[in-house]
Amino acid sequence: MSLEQFKDRNVMQNYTYIPVDKPPVKSMDKFKQVVKRTFKGELFVGLWVVFREMVKFNIHTVKYPLEKLPISPRYRAVHKLYRLLESGYERCIGCGLCEKICIANCIRMDTRYDENQRKEVTEYTINLGRCIFCGYCAEVCPELAIVHGPRYENASEQRAHFVLKEDMLTPLDFLKEGKQEEFPGFGAVSPNADERIKKTPLAY
Amino acid sequence: MTLTEFVIATIVKILVVLGLFSALAGFGTYLERKILAFMQRRLGPMHVGPYGLLQVLADGIKLFTKEDIVPQNSVKPIFMIAPIIGAATAFIALAAVPLLPEFTIFGVTIHPIIADINVGVLFVLGVMASGLFAPLLAGMASANKWGLLGAARTAIQLLSYEVVTGLSILAPLMLVGSLSLIDINNYQVGGFTDWIVWKQPVAFVLFLIAGFAETNRTPFDLLEHEAEIVSGYATEYSGMRWGMFFIGEYANMITLGFLASLLFLGGFNDWGFIPGGLAIVLKVTFIFFFFLWTRAAWPHVRPDQLMWLCWKVLMPIAVINVVVTGIVLMM
Repeated sequence: MSLEQFKDRNVMQNYTYIPVDKPPVKSMDKFKQVVKRTFKGELFVGLWVVFREMVKFNIHTVKYPLEKLPISPRYRAVHKLYRLLESGYERCIGCGLCEKICIANCIRMDTRYDENQRKEVTEYTINLGRCIFCGYCAEVCPELAIVHGPRYENASEQRAHFVLKEDMLTPLDFLKEGKQEEFPGFGAVSPNADERIKKTPLAY
Repeated sequence: MTLTEFVIATIVKILVVLGLFSALAGFGTYLERKILAFMQRRLGPMHVGPYGLLQVLADGIKLFTKEDIVPQNSVKPIFMIAPIIGAATAFIALAAVPLLPEFTIFGVTIHPIIADINVGVLFVLGVMASGLFAPLLAGMASANKWGLLGAARTAIQLLSYEVVTGLSILAPLMLVGSLSLIDINNYQVGGFTDWIVWKQPVAFVLFLIAGFAETNRTPFDLLEHEAEIVSGYATEYSGMRWGMFFIGEYANMITLGFLASLLFLGGFNDWGFIPGGLAIVLKVTFIFFFFLWTRAAWPHVRPDQLMWLCWKVLMPIAVINVVVTGIVLMM
């Protein structure tokens, strides 16, 4: 699509004209309409349609708490903080970009320098009562440290502060079992990244 | 048969009919939910018992233990009596309906009809018609505008469609020459080709349409049209009083199924290789299923359309049908 097309606001609507008979005026015409509609058999078409659906038994029910629909990797649900796969250290470098970009102003982080003069995140909270799940924080994160997880059942007694850093960060034992899977959504490395990268001459 | 035997046999029959048809009415709600669900690609009740079969029991427990609310400004005695009328008339109507052919068990011949009166059809239709007092009184007594609207609709709908029912079965009655349901059944004893529906197809269609209106089923369930008048006459009802309306409604549906199959579809005569008892059960089941089927498929009508249909279309057709039948009989 060219830019000119994109700028054109006079959008053509593809309305289809459905021919409607003129409303009958004379009583004879009204009578004819009644007879025509009576013998049209539309009611039986309706009966046939529901009967066909019953016989097909093509059930669309999802028994929700027992089975759940698969959700897209780009679905934006409650956040997660990831750890580095090799060292188990937090990926978050405390840059503060997510806090800065958050348009709902719900991310709050405190950082300090630890004894090795590295940034350490001491406090990291997301107020899910304010969060609009826009996904900017995950998008802006240079380290892919904060992502949107798949947990969408957010019932809680208090919604204000129930996402603390400990809740979001991958537990260490979980990581050691190799259960932290790489986030497949926006910003993540594509699964076939190795094939798509052209090797530099130094690799030969 | 002595008088004592007769009294005991009748009481047993009454208890069997009451118990069986209350249970069937309860099971009818389960069937309705299931069939409607399948037609709408859902599963319906699934969690209580295997395939949700115990849902009937769960609903029963719920209805019995729910708080029985009587609104403050209602006319209390009438408000409390109205559902009883609904359920009672539905069961009384079954008294004159021959449910199965005669059968012998332990050397005793049993007539599966509580009272073989010679005006069976009149009795059944009359009692079913007096059932209209249930929604009428319920709606008027419950001090609720939706209830009042439901009651008004009861008056217009049930009263008008009584006329169509009466006129539509007049033509087959002229052929048979008797009001007894057993005589009507015996008239069709010759098998499939003797069914009155082949001689009176118009009357059959009219009777079914009027039956929908009288049992307050979906294309014509204006009394409690929840999209328009919350729940109509049943708005203020809760617990078992509400439940009795529904037992009455489902019992009425079954009665109407029996009436239609006895009057038009050959009754409990043997149908080819199918024995009579099974034949009538199949017919009633089909008509019951048809009630649910139309509920899934067809939209509601407006009250004015309903009255238009009744007085300007169905009643003239019924009268013409009676006249034509009379002329044919005279020739």
